[in-house]
Formats: sequence, C-alpha cells, structure tokens
Amino acid sequence: MGAIGVIALNAFRESLRDKILYNLVLFAGLLIGLSVLLADLSITEHHKVIADMGLAAINLIGVIIAIFVGISLVNKEIERRTIYTIMARPISRAAFVLGKYLGLTLTLFVNMTIMVAVFLLTLWLYHVPIQFSMFQAVLLIFVEIVVVTAVALFFSTFSSTTLSAIFTLGFYVIGHLTADLRTVVANSDSGPVTSLVDLLYYLCPNLEMLNIKGQAAVGIVAAPEYVMMASLYGLMYAGVLLTGACLIFQQRDF
Amino acid sequence: MDVIVTDNLTKSYASGWPGRPPFVALDGLCLTVRRGEIFGFLGPNGAGKTTTLKILLGLVRPTSGQAYLLGQPAGDVATRRRIGFLPESPYFYDYLTAEEFLGFYGQLAGLNRAAINQRVTDLLGLVGLTEARARQLRKFSKGMLQRVGLAQALIHDPELIILDEPMTGLDPVGRKQVRDLILSLRDCGKTVFFSTHILHDVEMICDRVGIVMKGRLVASGRVDELVRQDHTQSVEVVCQQLNVEGNAFIHSLATRVLQQGPQCLIVLPSPDAVDALVGEIRRQGGRLLSVTPHKASLEDLYFQEATQQGAQPLPYMISGRAS
Repeated sequence: MGAIGVIALNAFRESLRDKILYNLVLFAGLLIGLSVLLADLSITEHHKVIADMGLAAINLIGVIIAIFVGISLVNKEIERRTIYTIMARPISRAAFVLGKYLGLTLTLFVNMTIMVAVFLLTLWLYHVPIQFSMFQAVLLIFVEIVVVTAVALFFSTFSSTTLSAIFTLGFYVIGHLTADLRTVVANSDSGPVTSLVDLLYYLCPNLEMLNIKGQAAVGIVAAPEYVMMASLYGLMYAGVLLTGACLIFQQRDF
Repeated sequence: MDVIVTDNLTKSYASGWPGRPPFVALDGLCLTVRRGEIFGFLGPNGAGKTTTLKILLGLVRPTSGQAYLLGQPAGDVATRRRIGFLPESPYFYDYLTAEEFLGFYGQLAGLNRAAINQRVTDLLGLVGLTEARARQLRKFSKGMLQRVGLAQALIHDPELIILDEPMTGLDPVGRKQVRDLILSLRDCGKTVFFSTHILHDVEMICDRVGIVMKGRLVASGRVDELVRQDHTQSVEVVCQQLNVEGNAFIHSLATRVLQQGPQCLIVLPSPDAVDALVGEIRRQGGRLLSVTPHKASLEDLYFQEATQQGAQPLPYMISGRAS
C-alpha cells in the first residue's frame, strides 16, 4: 500500500475511534422522529415530505461533518505536532494532504451509506415508494460533500480552524446562491455589484447544480447526462482545490 | 564521512509588525556530525536547537545557508528512509495502540507486514513496553510515550537517528535505559544526533558536542578537549578546627567558603592558591582533612558560554537534573 493509502486508512481509523459515526444516531432519531411527526401532520403529501426530509437530513449531516472535520484535518496535525514524525518519513507533503482527504472522504462515504440504508428503511416502513431519482440525488449529495471537504481542507492549509470554518461555511452558502444572485443582479445598473457577483459566480462552486433533492423526492428522474456532467464538475472543482491545497502545504513551515 | 553538515544555516522569522526586525532563530550555524558518533547538541531553551532539527528534517525551510544529511540536501524525501526522528515532548495518535502505532510508522517507511511484525515485537521489548502492546497511547504515561516514540524512530532500522530532548519526562531508570539504548545504537554503527539541555547525559555518552547559543555554534568538539582547552580546575579544601569568620586572607583566596560546625569547606578557583591556603590553615591551628582537585566539567564551559552570550540559564540547567 502506498503512503497515501496508509495515511487515508489511518485517518479513517481516527474518525471511527473518535466516534464520528455516532452522528448516525442523531440522524436516525431526526429522520424517524420527524417522519412520524410529519406523516401524522400532513394530509396528502406525506410520502413526499418523508422523502424530502430524509434526503435533506443526509445532506445536512454530511456537510456538517465535511466542514467541521475537514477544517481540522490538517490543522489538528500541526497544532498537536503529530505532523513532525509523519513528515520525517519518506512521504511527500502532497501525499499527506491527499491521504488525509481520502481518509475523510472514505469516512463520509461509509457514514452516508449507513444514512442511506436508514433512509430506505424509513421509506419502506412508511410505505413510501423507493424511486431511482432518490439514488441520483444521493449521488449528487455525495459529490457536494466531496467538494465541501476539499474547500474545508484548502482553507485549513493556510488559515486557522476558526477562519477555515467561516470561509468554508461562506463558500457553502454562496455556492447555493450564486445562480440566484446572478439572476437578481442581471438587470442592475451598478457595475461593481455586477462584477462582484460575477466574481463570486466563477470563484465559488455552483452547489445548486448538485441539488436535485426536490425533484427526486417526487420521483422525477434527472437526465443521466446532467447527473454525469454535474458530478464531473464537482469532482473537477474538488481536484483544483486539492491541487491548490497541496501547493500551499508544500510551502509551509511547521 | 560526515553524516550531517550545515553550512552557514540561518533562519529568521518575520516579526509580524512593520518596522520591527525579524526574529533570528539561527544565525549562520556551521555544524558537522560524523558517521558512527553520538553527537550532543546543547543549548538553553530558545537557542535554536529544535529549529536546526526541523531544518534538517525538512519541516522548516532555512532563510539562507545549506544543510545536508547523508550527503543529500535536507528535506530530501527519499533520504528520510534512512533517518529516524523523535520530536521533543512527542504527541502521537493517541487512539492507536502501541502495536498499531509502530505498525503505522513501519508502513510509512515502506516495510512489509512480516518485517513490521518482527520489528514491533523486538522494539517493544527493547523499550520495555511489551506488556503495553495492545494498550492505546492515550493511556500511556509521559515516560511510556517517550519510549514508544523512540521505538517509532527505530522501526525502519535507520542509519541516522535524530532525537530532540530524548531524556525529557523520563525518571532516572528511564534515562539510563535511553542512554544505554543510544550507546547500543552507536555500537551497531548508527549515528545519533540529539539535542538536550541535560549536561550530565551529554558528558556520559557523547563522543562530541556542539553548544549553540542564540542561534550560533559557540563551541564544538570532544567533551574532554573542550573542557581542557577552556578551563582551569578548581580545588576543594576541607579542614577542621578553624574558624574562617573574619579571616580576610582566606576569603580573598577562595571563591566560596562554607563553615559547617567544626568543619570548613573552602573552594579555590585554581590549584595555584593551594599552598598559600594550606599555610594559612596551619598558621591558624587548623587541621587539614582533604584537598580535592575539582575536574572542570562541561557545565562550567556551558556556563562560561552562556554568560558570555548574556543568557540566563535556568536552575534545571545548572543541576543537570531532568525536570
């Protein structure tokens, strides 16, 4: 196994031993509890509500873990000085960054797989039809989480944990609003405002492109080309950020 | 062959405030460590020891100057396969057991599973942690962490072992074990380069030492050579039935006078004044018990350099006892 694999598996083991997957208990409680409540409250659309709720919970919990574990992924190693002995080994700094990233991605994948299993179980319990569109939505949620993890890791290579959290949350929020903002200011007369929104539009990831939860909950299947292109876009965006993270990390003193 | 060479190594850190001069951690450090020797790198806190080690390992980039390890530029990734490193007050992945921890570092060094299993068993035995093999590091004492850290530095059987304050946190038994381990590494042909501020350990095991103060190497060489070159011996004289209170002549000769009941200890700065003192003791009717030449130590040299550099040594440096 290469150095990246060794680092990745250790990062995964760290997540397991730090009990990160305990969030699944919260997820299951949230999903099942709210489904029971909303299924009773809604009269006609409780199937849609339960599906919507489940996908949103998967997305929310995945993003929270991606941000809050992602920002400390590298910083924690520097603050705890565990990086000294790792970097004294025959591995490059880029291999370390990529290994940590893949380790967290693996954790998020396992976490999400279990969340999806609980989600499907909930659908089955409430006799909600399981649609192909839901799996498409889950795939794009995972791509979004991969992007958000890369954003968090990128910021953590050169800023403090707190600043990284603020930047990543900012990117996440703006990433969901860029298309809307652009539409809003399309008719604006203010040149600087338009330029700023244009800059944000091209700089921040277009995360709304990866959000098909609404249509998936009612069974509308997205075109496979769209899902493929959106996934490719997300992975490329993450790739660019990881390259930047490696380059910045290469220059750091510990 | 020289295993470590630094040439005019300088590292400065920007102050962070405009107009303020940068902080110079290393100031033209030139150092050479030869193959197969134990080299002690001495200096007070903040002298630049850890910065030097970090540059050697590629953790920090020098502002100017060069450093070479095993003939390759410092920071070369492939060369690190031949180096073992233990940082000061090591922090490790505390969720790992000792066995997993060593296995992880073995994997990073590119060892195969069979070699790792063998090395882990051998090294845990060597550092006295066989029984803690399956225990998580978060349940280890400071001394145990230091020992498992040493095992980690040796897992891939490196040629050069770099240790940053390896005795810190160890009890006397642990310190002796580490000293013995370092000596046995030299016997196996390894080179050991370690930083410390515990002078006693250095005097006991080092072939050569370097003293760094304020980022500069102020002395380097064999301990006996350094001590002989730079110091005259002091002499301790013990006598009885002599009251030195008010004896201006004795006080003028001595650097220290201690009256303890009937006994009196007089410390002379050099052997030159012994005859005059003994004559005075006899004149005053005192009885001479002993005259002991006090061999100059590394501690004296260290303090001389520290004083010249304006450093304020801390009490634990003086005593040579680990805190």
